[in-house]
Amino acid sequence: MSDPSSTAPRPGEPVLSLRGVSKNFGAVSALTDIELDVHAGEVVALVGDNGAGKSTLVKILAGVHQPTAGTIRFNGQEVSLSSPAAALNLGIATVFQDLALCENLDVVANIYLGREQDPWQLDEVAMEVRAWTLLNELSARIPSVREPVASLSGGQRQTVAIARSLLLEPKLIMLDEPTAALGVAQTAEVLNLIERVRARGLGVIMISHNMEDVRAVADRIVVLRLGRNNGVFTPEDSNQQLVAAITGASENAVSRRMSRKQNAAMPEGEATP
Amino acid sequence: MSQLDQPNTAAPKALDRSDVRVRHDEGVGGAVRAFIDRVRSGDLGMLPVAVGLVVISLVFSALNPVYLAPNNLVNLLFDCATVGIISLGIVCVLMLGEIDLSVGSMSGLASALFGSLWVTQGWPFEVAILAALLAGVVVGSIYALLYNRLGMPSFVATLAGLLALLGLQLYILGNAGSINLPYQSPLVMFGQILMMPKWLSHALGLLPGIFTIVLGMRTIQRRRAANLSAGGMGGLLFKAAVLTLVIEGAVYYLNLGRGVPWMFGLFVALVIIMDYAFTRTKWGRSMQAVGGNKEAARRAGINVRRIYASAFILCSTFAALGGVLAASRLASSSQQAGTGDVNLNAIAAAVIGGTSLFGGRGSAYSALLGIIVIQAIANGLTLLNLSSSLRYMITGAVLAIAVIVDSLARRSRASHGRA
Repeated sequence: MSDPSSTAPRPGEPVLSLRGVSKNFGAVSALTDIELDVHAGEVVALVGDNGAGKSTLVKILAGVHQPTAGTIRFNGQEVSLSSPAAALNLGIATVFQDLALCENLDVVANIYLGREQDPWQLDEVAMEVRAWTLLNELSARIPSVREPVASLSGGQRQTVAIARSLLLEPKLIMLDEPTAALGVAQTAEVLNLIERVRARGLGVIMISHNMEDVRAVADRIVVLRLGRNNGVFTPEDSNQQLVAAITGASENAVSRRMSRKQNAAMPEGEATP
Repeated sequence: MSQLDQPNTAAPKALDRSDVRVRHDEGVGGAVRAFIDRVRSGDLGMLPVAVGLVVISLVFSALNPVYLAPNNLVNLLFDCATVGIISLGIVCVLMLGEIDLSVGSMSGLASALFGSLWVTQGWPFEVAILAALLAGVVVGSIYALLYNRLGMPSFVATLAGLLALLGLQLYILGNAGSINLPYQSPLVMFGQILMMPKWLSHALGLLPGIFTIVLGMRTIQRRRAANLSAGGMGGLLFKAAVLTLVIEGAVYYLNLGRGVPWMFGLFVALVIIMDYAFTRTKWGRSMQAVGGNKEAARRAGINVRRIYASAFILCSTFAALGGVLAASRLASSSQQAGTGDVNLNAIAAAVIGGTSLFGGRGSAYSALLGIIVIQAIANGLTLLNLSSSLRYMITGAVLAIAVIVDSLARRSRASHGRA
């Protein structure tokens, strides 16, 4: 699946490479033998049904959970992501789905949380300027960076979370459902941003249920199903193939719905032979 | 928005002024409007303290005119310093949404340890103080260990500590039950009679105003240079003037009596240091973050365990320091030290001053302001010769009211999107 000859030329070595990664929660195997490669300058979309293990995988890579088995190589070296701080220090930034923002702090404090400049004398002015620059790059519509995050809408919080992940100049960015809470313009901006990040030679892992967004930016689409790898696709592959891989059958709710629609659209004589 | 305050309206819009949906309050009128908005949304700040102090002084001075006499206020400040320092530690743990119920016992233990090492064992008093503070560090580390490694809720761990430390205090004091400290020693003088020279107290009273102007002007310059909006000089000067007037007025009034106690000066210095730590350091930011959302702080790469450990250790150490000062204030280490209402007063002071019991919100100044309210009530009740039964009931009611105000304000903040 990770055969380099299978798709378009890939710049560089894998930034991240997972072999046989498993995660059990008690008796439940959330992930089994996951293989995943992400190259520099590549957008890998991670898709799968609810409960396929996408978020668990992201949390393992972010250092929130520890894998039960398997190896993780980052930049060619085997690493152990024992804590979120360890992952951040390696250069893996994550935008979590359940946004990890502190509601009682303002936007600037949230963006800089954990990596403030000058630990003994916080430089609020410099931090505020950088925060505005980052947010403007994202074309964010944040009314004021000095208001607590509690007063922001879901989409605004998403933008703050993304801005925060960019602050560290990471080598790999993981976005868990980055566009789920966003409006039309912001979604386009986030997709633009992902392309810009890729152009800068970063690896991107993006989780999304929105196939349109996935096709728009992904170089490869990795499908998970019930905690296992279930194929690697390219945006050129047909929707049917993708959906079949995600749901695990060519005969599924999506295909039944499609055929029902087609039947309804067709003249009666042809629909019922 | 008035054009008068903004002579450079032709300049490109400031980075943080480009969104038309935000009302930008400027000038004195704007400041008043912003203040009213804040209060209505549940961000009460100093308001409960100010209202409380006015009511308290009106009531008690009507009942007993001695209450507002300069020398009574000097006594009040002495009492503030000891419990206030304990309360400063409470602010640290409350900031994380945790609690330390054993600060009273810890202060009693520190006072017993200090008394026995210094007087009975004959150690130099500096070393005895260090030993007492070290005991605080050890106890705080134990709480941190119980919390971080065993997941013991802090209120249970410290409730157990309350008894255990009290037992240790009684054990150290032995059968005698109390140790008298020598009256002529510098420490007891510090705790009872040492006053700042008048000129020094007035000079120190000027500092907050001067710092407000100097630091404020530096911030304005830097913000202008960075193309951010900056408040005008008017508000800054007004703030500095009010601050200086209030402080100098208070200093002048206290100097009509015995003066400003050095011990209170130490307390204020500690408050200022802690305020800097809370607001201007990475540690303080992490404290607020962990108190607001522990998991988010962890994912941001903050070492959450270390933050908890620092808070518990600071709290117990401040309690130990408060205990040593209380011993010097009373010139004795006794079985009664740290018992009774010390615990509740320290916690109530932090809450009345505006530190939330629910974590994520707090300021070092809440210990200073809150303890003044608490001691103002305690002092007034003592002057009225009320029995301790009544005093306990009234102090309990005050604490309950403070927590109710905190809960209501928190609910209001939530509905106004201010967390």
